[in-house]
Amino acid sequence: MNTVAIDTAPAEPRKFLCLEEAHPHNGTLLGFWLYLMSDCFIFASLFACNAVLGTSYAGGPTGHDVFDLPGLAVNTALLLISSVTFGFAMLEMARQRKRAVLVWLAVSGLLAAAFVGLEIHEFVTMIAAGAGPDRSAFLSSFFALVGTHGLHVSVGILWLIVLMFQLGKHGFTEANRRRLFCLSMFWHFLDLVWIGVFSYVYLVGVLR
Amino acid sequence: MPDRPAIWNFLLGRLSLSSLPLDNTILVWTFVVVALGGAALLATITYYRKWGYLWHEWFTSVDHKRLGVMYMVLGTVMLLRGFADAIMMRSQQAVAFGSNMGYLPPHHYDQIFTAHGAIMIFFVAMPYIAGFMNFVMPLQIGARDVAFPFLNNFSFWLTVAGVVLFMTSLFIGDFSHAGWLGMPPVSELKQSPGPGVDYYIWGLQLSGLGTLLTGINFVVTVVKMRAPGMTLMKMPMFSWTTLCTSGLIVVTFPILTATLFLLSLDRYLGTHFFTNGFGGNVMMYVNLIWVWGHPEVYILILPMFGLYSEIVPTFSGKRLFGYSSMVYATASIMILSYLVWLHHFFTMGSGADVNSFFALTTMLISIPTGAKIFNWLFTMYRGRVRFDVPMLWTMGFLFTFTIGGMTGVMLSVAPADFLLHNSLFLVAHFHNVIIGGVVFGVFAGINYWFPKAFGFRLDEFWGKMSFWFWQIGFWVAFGPLYVLGLMGVTRRLSHFTDPSLQIWFIIAAFGAFLILLGILSFVMQIYVSIRRRDQLAVGNDPWGGRTLEWSTSSPPPPYNFAFIPMVHERDAWTDMKKHGYQRPLEGFNAIHMPKNTGTGVVLAALGTVFGFAMVWYIWWLAVVSFVALIAVAIVHTFNYDRDGHISAEEVSQFEHTGNWEPKAQGATA
Repeated sequence: MNTVAIDTAPAEPRKFLCLEEAHPHNGTLLGFWLYLMSDCFIFASLFACNAVLGTSYAGGPTGHDVFDLPGLAVNTALLLISSVTFGFAMLEMARQRKRAVLVWLAVSGLLAAAFVGLEIHEFVTMIAAGAGPDRSAFLSSFFALVGTHGLHVSVGILWLIVLMFQLGKHGFTEANRRRLFCLSMFWHFLDLVWIGVFSYVYLVGVLR
Repeated sequence: MPDRPAIWNFLLGRLSLSSLPLDNTILVWTFVVVALGGAALLATITYYRKWGYLWHEWFTSVDHKRLGVMYMVLGTVMLLRGFADAIMMRSQQAVAFGSNMGYLPPHHYDQIFTAHGAIMIFFVAMPYIAGFMNFVMPLQIGARDVAFPFLNNFSFWLTVAGVVLFMTSLFIGDFSHAGWLGMPPVSELKQSPGPGVDYYIWGLQLSGLGTLLTGINFVVTVVKMRAPGMTLMKMPMFSWTTLCTSGLIVVTFPILTATLFLLSLDRYLGTHFFTNGFGGNVMMYVNLIWVWGHPEVYILILPMFGLYSEIVPTFSGKRLFGYSSMVYATASIMILSYLVWLHHFFTMGSGADVNSFFALTTMLISIPTGAKIFNWLFTMYRGRVRFDVPMLWTMGFLFTFTIGGMTGVMLSVAPADFLLHNSLFLVAHFHNVIIGGVVFGVFAGINYWFPKAFGFRLDEFWGKMSFWFWQIGFWVAFGPLYVLGLMGVTRRLSHFTDPSLQIWFIIAAFGAFLILLGILSFVMQIYVSIRRRDQLAVGNDPWGGRTLEWSTSSPPPPYNFAFIPMVHERDAWTDMKKHGYQRPLEGFNAIHMPKNTGTGVVLAALGTVFGFAMVWYIWWLAVVSFVALIAVAIVHTFNYDRDGHISAEEVSQFEHTGNWEPKAQGATA
């Protein structure tokens, strides 16, 4: 009986329009992921240069001569801890606690600023010792890669300051939460890149 | 730095009166013509009081359709510039034999071939494909806009910023003579101390950033904003190719950015990435630039493949043959395009194993491409093919591109490439695929979607004239280059000694003249069509289209669709027509749309100033413009109020006044 009923029923007219207002999903997080992946390719190019040019010393200093590993350990620790503190800020956002978020963001920013400060100190010391970016292709690739990373961290700090103002002014609006998620991804992304920098450029650089 | 008081060097950097090419008659006259034409244009706009209209309705618009149209206009203007370079080269080579040195000294000639290549790729082909993707893709997937409307506007103006820097180099200073890819060591500071390479670098950095943002924007748009029911495998082919091309942009343009960044470090800070001394490695640049450069040519051709895949079914009255294989072919071309870059320099000396790998991957690409050609042929097979102008260009493409593809397979044979490398055979080959594939596609697409954008068709007679002049002109211009290349003539030469070669260059120059007639016919076609727009007026679906863009009025309303369509089948509009779809004329809702903003224009203008300051070493201006750029960007983020809305009454008005097919009203009664 059932099958007969289905066969004889007139075909339901197809619905071709959504009559209620549709709201497409917000694509910012996906877009930001794509941006990060594209940034990855900038770093990949710089890593490739370092891989190819990393032993082109042109008679100048080698990695073993110029890299200060204890200083590097401090620097790396600062950056990695700033990632942890940023994570705390995100947890506090989930609890809707604005003050705590701002405090943890400030701590993360200060740690990152200390990282950039130490890096500038390292650069200045190297250049003063005659190991500047114009000395050899090896040093060119070193300064370009580490400098580009440092520039990213600096931009991150500027972004963080702006976002702290906006959070303070407007609180956890949808736009601000989205922005904080993006900055969080940016922050952790830079940490990942740094792990590549310190293990490949510095540690391998000292050995080869 | 010029020899003058230090304060001038501080204020103007290395810019001085002697930077103006007053000794070059050709450039002076070009400047006079451009200045007069520009003044006339500005005066006309002022006379008709159109500045407010242009600013509010176009320049600050975040509407993807308006941006698409602006990209097309930009591409067309730059096509004229790029073609002027081309015909200068052809005429120089036709006369510069023996004691006759021609009219272009080598230094000028080198700038012309560099500008021709760079402009045709970055500021003709790229704006054209960005224009098509902007205009068509959101309509095809049933969306009201792209994912990031402001970024879309910003991307366009960044492209314009690059154009402005390139065009400025004509009249202030000179342009790069290091080839369209700026190859070191010629592009290094020692060999090119002038501002030319710097113009090239900053022009491409600005427009490259715009392209990257476009890529990200369109991937997100396709992934997130398709109409309900439109699964990936129900998406129109053009939208598929937009997705693949945008994906390629995201993974390749950063490499261009990084490579040019390293070149600029060499030039500005004295580093040694690509120099001859201090451990620099020139081949590093060649590898990096081609890791971007080869996918780039697929970025150009994939959207065109998508466009042909829309045109062929429409004009054959059949659905596309082998849709799934078309999708897989597109995706595999996207991936393979990343694995072939070394075939541009088999002669590097990387050895037989490496060359074999890249020769094989190159040959592999011809398989999915061949599959596509057969799919188009089988779509036409037993179809009711209508030879309207878009279909003519498509037929021209099938014929021309297939031959270009075959000469490409010849070049992919590494031992043969050792003979043909940097010869005119290569020049003929890549023009064969880029003109036959991309340029023919551009004209096919313009003829196909123009009625959708403006509500009237393009004139058929001048369209056919343009097609035949281009089609014949192409073969007359580039056939001889194949012959010359096989005889061993290399590219980029401004003078020849062997008089027996001259006849071939004269034939080629005649071909370029035919192409000129083709371009003029195209301009004429636009002019005539605008004059006759009332006779050529069309409804929403002039060609019997199959995809959603033909379901809305021509031109589409700002919100595209009063109601978001619901998709059941692959060719959604055909499906709607088949099921007797009736357009609703009441019950409309208010629609949220993003507000227009001038921030993109301001940011790109500051970027242009920054680029100009860097080119001329005007450091104070560079710092000021850069800080201003960051400040404006930050201020923009404090604007949380970005949405406006279109009321239900306005929607209703649009829906009652747009251009629709008359048959909906029941014409037979």
